[in-house]
Amino acid sequence: MFFAAAMTSVIISALIVWSLARETWTFVTQVEVAALWTDGWFPRRGMYDVKTIVVGSALITGIALAVAIPIGLAAAIFLAEYARPRVRRVLKPVLEILAGIPSVVLGFFALTFISPQIVQRFTDASQFNMLAAGMAVGVLTIPLIASVSEDAMRSVPDSLREASYGLGARKVQTTLRVVIPAAVSGLVAALIIAVSRAIGETMVVFVAAGATGGSLYSTNILGPGQTMTAAIASQAAGTDQVVGEGLTFQSLFFVAMLLFVITMFLNLVADRFVRRVRQSY
Amino acid sequence: MALSQPRQAASLAADLVSDITRNERDLSGKAFRIALLAGIITAFVVLVVLIVDVINVGSPVLSERLGDLLSSTLGSKPETSGLSQALRGSFYIGVFVLLVAVPLGVSAAIFLEEYARQGRLTRFIDINIRNLAGVPSVVYGILGLTVFVQALRAFTGPDSNGRSVISAGLTLSILVLPIIIITSAEAIRAVPNGIREAGYGVGATRWEVVKSHVLPYAAPGILTGTVLALARALGEAAPLILVGATTGFLTSGSSYLPSSLQERFTALPIVISTWSGRPGEDWRASTAAAIVIMLAVVLVANAGAILLRNHYEKKR
Repeated sequence: MFFAAAMTSVIISALIVWSLARETWTFVTQVEVAALWTDGWFPRRGMYDVKTIVVGSALITGIALAVAIPIGLAAAIFLAEYARPRVRRVLKPVLEILAGIPSVVLGFFALTFISPQIVQRFTDASQFNMLAAGMAVGVLTIPLIASVSEDAMRSVPDSLREASYGLGARKVQTTLRVVIPAAVSGLVAALIIAVSRAIGETMVVFVAAGATGGSLYSTNILGPGQTMTAAIASQAAGTDQVVGEGLTFQSLFFVAMLLFVITMFLNLVADRFVRRVRQSY
Repeated sequence: MALSQPRQAASLAADLVSDITRNERDLSGKAFRIALLAGIITAFVVLVVLIVDVINVGSPVLSERLGDLLSSTLGSKPETSGLSQALRGSFYIGVFVLLVAVPLGVSAAIFLEEYARQGRLTRFIDINIRNLAGVPSVVYGILGLTVFVQALRAFTGPDSNGRSVISAGLTLSILVLPIIIITSAEAIRAVPNGIREAGYGVGATRWEVVKSHVLPYAAPGILTGTVLALARALGEAAPLILVGATTGFLTSGSSYLPSSLQERFTALPIVISTWSGRPGEDWRASTAAAIVIMLAVVLVANAGAILLRNHYEKKR
């Protein structure tokens, strides 16, 4: 019986692949190749420009990482190397609470606070813009980067630190030249997991980046944009059946398959890096 | 000779210290420390600003018509719209997670930690679970759409085209299953082997050891994982969009009777995402009020789980 329960996870994976594969196959075999390279992603009008949503996802991810890496890494180094146990007990839950905030809430925050108060104050961005959405996705990935990198640095044995102090190194030198190089696999894993999470984030972009229904190809982060995830959600939102020209419905499965393959690849690579940290210490 | 004189030894020590430090304070060290502190404080400030902003914007609605907001149904005007159907949907999603995902997840964790022999199969299952934990939530939505909404329509709701709270609850149960398995497996792994051996030593079977010794010892960890999973399920919106949560109007669906499970549904995060897109200050205030209600549930659950874990961690 317990075996059956454990096997459900395998069955779920199989079901995911099965449900994606059928319609993806229909899409791939029936779509005109020319429709995959047009001016924008408007599935209801038969325009499936894949680069629009892939570049959108890449831009959002890039902005998110620019926000999350410095903050997340600094928090991780502070918690792992500098904070006294008591300070750590207070500060760590802050990150964990931040991790528990649902992404719709960050979408609302991006739209009603980050966009008007921060982005529009310094630029002439439109109300819906990718920069604000990307920053909010960054906030979501801060706790992830922080906790995975902190784990990696804490698993570096103290003997390495003591050896470094014994040679007369200071705390900064020990942290930057001994602990971080020793934990580098874990830090890379944190980065990859963050990328995977940012690519898969839906609701922030859905709420705050505009472009419901479709988007022209755009690399302007101050304007609205569409990611792979939001493209799926916005086609399905509010309608009983996904309607539109020919392959609209199938295109969702195609995008989801793309997303599934990309994130699975990233997750497996990250897993390998995490394992490497564990093996060496 | 000179070294034996105490005064000179003291000044030598001072010389040595100043030689090493060159009479400099550790400025770069200090700057580095401040930079690190700035990082974690930024995270803290974002959290505080977010919560304060939402409470600020939502406070007129919360103070004037909280009861009305909780009891009325979805509508086209902000001053009469309410969350009763959304709360009901979220309530049932929580019930599904507790009844479906928790037993399944804990069983899987027991199998992986207590019964399975380490081999190719368990390694495969292990990698598979950790990969599932990283699959984007929209993709689970697609799974729910294909399996529960379309294939199992007869069971999930023939009248609502399968777009019912049953489909939603099952989809989110699958979504949080990896979280429950991973946290439960960690809790079970942390049970000291001495406890198991003591059980076997007095002739207990494997199941008896698991049931009366391992599980009670691992219970706080399992409970923490359950609460985290529940919080995640209650805040998740993207899969529900694909499963077909109603975003506009809903005539039915404020009854908590199980017979209504096959009807069309909506949930709190869905309502929040829809209301976020509506123009005007009034909608904004209503949205913020709905967010405050959701955050109250989700953050209290999260904070409770964290406190619970820290409490037991300190004890052992």
